[in-house]
Amino acid sequence: MASTAQARIKSISYAKYGYIFILPFFLVYCFFQIWPLINTFILSFQGNASTTGEWVGFDNYSTILFGNGGRSAAAIASDFREALLNTVILWVGNFIPQILLSLLLAVWFTDSKLHIPGKGFFKVVMYLPNIITAVSVAALFMQLISNQKTSAFNGWLLNHGHDAIEFEGGMTYASSPGWSRGIVMFIQTWMWFGNTMIMMMSGILGINPSLFEAASIDGATSGQTLRKVTLPLLRPMVVYTLITSMIGGLQMFDIPYLYHTDRASLNEHLRTAAIFVYENFHVANMKQVKYGYSGAASVILFIITVILGIIVFRMNRDEDEHRKKKERKALVKEAKAQAKLARQGGVL
Amino acid sequence: MENVGVSQNYMLKQRIKSAIYFVICVIITLICLVPIYLLIVNATHSHNELIQTPVSLIPGGNIVPNVKAIVTQYTNWNVWRGYANSLIIAGGSTILTVFFSAMTAYGLTVYDFRIRDGAYTFILAVMMIPIQVTSTGFVQFMVGTLGLANSFIPLIVPAIAAPAIVFYMRQYMKSSFPLDIVEAARIDGCNEFRTFISIAIPMMKPAIAVQAIFAFVQNWNNYYTQNMILLSKAERFTMPMMIQKVLRVDKNINLGAQYAAVMLSIVPIVVIYVCLSKFIVGGVALGGVKE
Repeated sequence: MASTAQARIKSISYAKYGYIFILPFFLVYCFFQIWPLINTFILSFQGNASTTGEWVGFDNYSTILFGNGGRSAAAIASDFREALLNTVILWVGNFIPQILLSLLLAVWFTDSKLHIPGKGFFKVVMYLPNIITAVSVAALFMQLISNQKTSAFNGWLLNHGHDAIEFEGGMTYASSPGWSRGIVMFIQTWMWFGNTMIMMMSGILGINPSLFEAASIDGATSGQTLRKVTLPLLRPMVVYTLITSMIGGLQMFDIPYLYHTDRASLNEHLRTAAIFVYENFHVANMKQVKYGYSGAASVILFIITVILGIIVFRMNRDEDEHRKKKERKALVKEAKAQAKLARQGGVL
Repeated sequence: MENVGVSQNYMLKQRIKSAIYFVICVIITLICLVPIYLLIVNATHSHNELIQTPVSLIPGGNIVPNVKAIVTQYTNWNVWRGYANSLIIAGGSTILTVFFSAMTAYGLTVYDFRIRDGAYTFILAVMMIPIQVTSTGFVQFMVGTLGLANSFIPLIVPAIAAPAIVFYMRQYMKSSFPLDIVEAARIDGCNEFRTFISIAIPMMKPAIAVQAIFAFVQNWNNYYTQNMILLSKAERFTMPMMIQKVLRVDKNINLGAQYAAVMLSIVPIVVIYVCLSKFIVGGVALGGVKE
């Protein structure tokens, strides 16, 4: 009985269920992601404000990239260039301390020769800042250190007879971006180093422990083990983190956007590319909305992301499966070549 | 004798090293915790106390009036409504995300059909596309074309398609979901959807739990998308938007109430985190995009 049932089941094709199961994902994805993406491309070739909906070709690109088209266009181009520069500066300034700190901690936490008490507790606490709402984090740091005289830090300075400092960079400090950028970099590092640390730890734990054992039997010091065993084998993980972090850096929005006391003084030194995009499509008056500029800027960010994404994609791909596929292709090719040769009656 | 000396020396060295590293870890831990601690302490002080001593480490006794003041102070927005809205959005998105991601992953693992590999490659390829690059088109389409401003639909329904979570769930199924079970269920006359719901989902509970936590936190914390869609109706504002509004007030500032509002947005998530920290810390390394 069972065998006939089994045979019957084997004869049924279940392929259609595969389509049914993945259908909702693809429908929703097309509607909410693919079409908006295509729409972004379309909008990037259309006009702004009063000319919304008219085709303007590559005008938006030439405006935001090269400032062609009058004085206002030059201003927009310099805004966009500054936004890209800010993004890079803020990203570099948060990534370098973040990766160094997390590598160091990950190495300590995974070293079996060291006995650091409370490892589990440290891990939990260090990851904590990452799960707090970015808005709350920004609000928290705004309350502690900002332009306002009522912020904790300035209040303390005033109470002790010092002048208040304009940490956000204001009228008097317009030319010195140091404080505001430094604080945003610190907040970003504060939020993300725990996450990176855990990624690094999983990378180190994935290294074959016998390698560490061999190194220690051969008398390697911990410095040598780190340089000659851990770091080289951890390279793929570091590269992966670097690139995902770059993609994330392109999206940097919440903290730089929220670190300012009032709307009017949104800091020039903190305006990232994502904020540039946002400011062009998010305006109170729908008649002044600049879909063209924000679309063009989005497309440029998209191209950068795709380039970075391809690198990650190649790393994420199942290496074994990929190799097998290649080998299979090579075999098929060879077989075909031999068949051809046989047909022609040739000999090897 | 000499050997013993060497090993003792070595042990001592390792111990000193461990002690130094421990101290450094304690310092880093303090840097992580102090801002949060200061916030909570400040939330317990009244406005006047905060003006006199902005930085204090000792909690005061003004927490209840401060929390009450959040509501009386800001009559334009109902702050509690913000928490409820965030809960609706985060809860709804989380359920949709984990259910449909599990379903997609199941379809990609269990069935063999022509476009399967192509579909999976597609999911891998789009995993890295951030919302920021599609947001212009997204806003224009949702708000401009479909007129969905102030609607929760554009914030909840897209959660059905979460490539990174599908990727993770598929990895999980590949390693710990035996396909023989599906065949056994078929022989017993179970239809495909029932197999998925009553066999596959219970077996994937660990993966679903981890991803649900992350999805919830991510949606609860989301500010960018919500701020794009929820434009004008104050009763639709979410928690992060409320916090923004509360802090932007410049008349009759009540610092105690401001601190209390920020604290209330952090505390629930911290409590959830402390209870589930084992899953969360274990799940971090398993995928996801970061900043």
